[in-house]
Amino acid sequence: MLIDTLTRWLLRAGAIVSALVMLLILAFLLIESWPVLDQITPTRFFTDTSWHPMEGAYNLMPMLSGTLLASVGALLLAIPLGIASALFIVFYAPIYFALPYKRLIELLAGIPSVVFGFWGLTTLVPLINQLHPPGASLLAAILVLTLMILPTITLTAYAALNAVPKEYLHGAAALGLSRWGMIYGVVFPAARSGIVAGIILAAGRAIGETMAVLMVAGNVVQHPEGLFDPIRTLAANIALEMAYAMGDHRAVLFVSGLLLMLLVMLLSAMAGKMENNQYA
Amino acid sequence: MNATPDNSLQNSCNCDDAYTLGPLQVGPPCCDPQPVIQVENLSLQYGGKTALEKVTLDIYRGCITALIGPSGCGKTSFLSAINRLIDLIPTCQISGHIRVDGEDIYDPGTNVQALRRKIGMVFQKPTPFPLSIRRNITLPLREHGITQRHKVEAIIEQVLRDVGLWDEVCDRLDTAALSLSGGQQQRLCIARALALNPEILLMDEPCSALDPIASGVVEDLISRLSGRYTIVIVTHNLAQARRIANYAAFFWIKERAGQLVEFGHCRHIFESPTHELTAAYVNGSRG
Repeated sequence: MLIDTLTRWLLRAGAIVSALVMLLILAFLLIESWPVLDQITPTRFFTDTSWHPMEGAYNLMPMLSGTLLASVGALLLAIPLGIASALFIVFYAPIYFALPYKRLIELLAGIPSVVFGFWGLTTLVPLINQLHPPGASLLAAILVLTLMILPTITLTAYAALNAVPKEYLHGAAALGLSRWGMIYGVVFPAARSGIVAGIILAAGRAIGETMAVLMVAGNVVQHPEGLFDPIRTLAANIALEMAYAMGDHRAVLFVSGLLLMLLVMLLSAMAGKMENNQYA
Repeated sequence: MNATPDNSLQNSCNCDDAYTLGPLQVGPPCCDPQPVIQVENLSLQYGGKTALEKVTLDIYRGCITALIGPSGCGKTSFLSAINRLIDLIPTCQISGHIRVDGEDIYDPGTNVQALRRKIGMVFQKPTPFPLSIRRNITLPLREHGITQRHKVEAIIEQVLRDVGLWDEVCDRLDTAALSLSGGQQQRLCIARALALNPEILLMDEPCSALDPIASGVVEDLISRLSGRYTIVIVTHNLAQARRIANYAAFFWIKERAGQLVEFGHCRHIFESPTHELTAAYVNGSRG
């Protein structure tokens, strides 16, 4: 009885603390960005001529497009790769190969982001430079981000595919379905919510990734016209300018932080919608 | 070991109680048994551990053959050897021959998908896929190249009527199959297997996960399906086996390996078994 009460209150306290931290961060962002939000109309973040915060020009659009392009590009590459790897581990690879392969992917997930950035800076950027200068570019950011979110997608997709009940697989095989027929017709619908959750998680990571992207993206504030143009992401912008920003400039950086949070919140709202499998 | 039906009994077989001859009946009557599955010296091992040893048995066309015996005596393994579902278990080794319509199904050239289309299977636990009711039936049809809309629709209605589910679900074919009750789910699984127009139906304790009423409905359905299909059913419910089966095969565990003890007419197995183990099992004094 006592144990139950104690457990209940401990768990409640844990839940309240987690929720509170989230709300406090939101409040903190709002308070810090309030000086600007109060003075200027929010549309100016999209309509100002440029990003010159010292002169009062606060156009965040180039950074927003940089963030979105890098993230979407990375997702476009990492989703098929990640799902293919997971399918390979669960349904195609022989067991003596599947397990070491999975360990390798887990290792990839454990590499610190700065190491990815370092590798990108010293290896990837010079390579791209040979192809098309300057090297530090949207493409470099996409490739580094792809590597970083690939293990997230692979491992969550693996978990989702592996959790599909064996009865479904046997049932599908007994109906004479080919392996691909089984995967496409039965396994994907059954594992969809887990796979989508992994993709959303990966998208969140791609949007918020700062260090690695900052090291390879070139950080020029502009709308890129091609894959080889340098970009600056919202997260990189905060990291680059926070050290010396004052007054309104500092507040606008908090606004871009808010914008990032808004993006991630949108994503999780989408995830909630898509996870509802109407047939499960 | 008596692995062939007793001839004297066979000759005196009364067609009336052999099975229900519905208008759908196409197979020969049971009194004139014609083997469709011939199992010869079948042995099965899982990672070196023998599950089934030297089973020789004929399954007759259009009849219901019940496999009875205690748990772990290899009945389910036997069943999944017939449609090669056992291939899914990597450690499994098989020896001996199984011929379906005269062709050895373990021949390297066998088209396993075509074989499984010909031999439908229903599992102990109802396993509708997490899709709509309609898609549960169209998925295997599409896989086997049946895609014309009117044909697919006709098959869906036909098989759902066959299993008595049409009136219950015809207005909600696009809702989740998993929202059906257990008995309905099992009948959907049978319908799904029937949609491929198989010759043979393998049933692994199809009623054991259902409540008594649903179980009765499914049992009646199985009786109605005999004649049109050759049915091999594993059951722990001896009364059920006695009610619906034409033939029965009794398996027992000897030296940790499953073996066929006796095979013959259902009545013969239940009323005048030749083997004392069979007698003890069907009388409930062992097993």
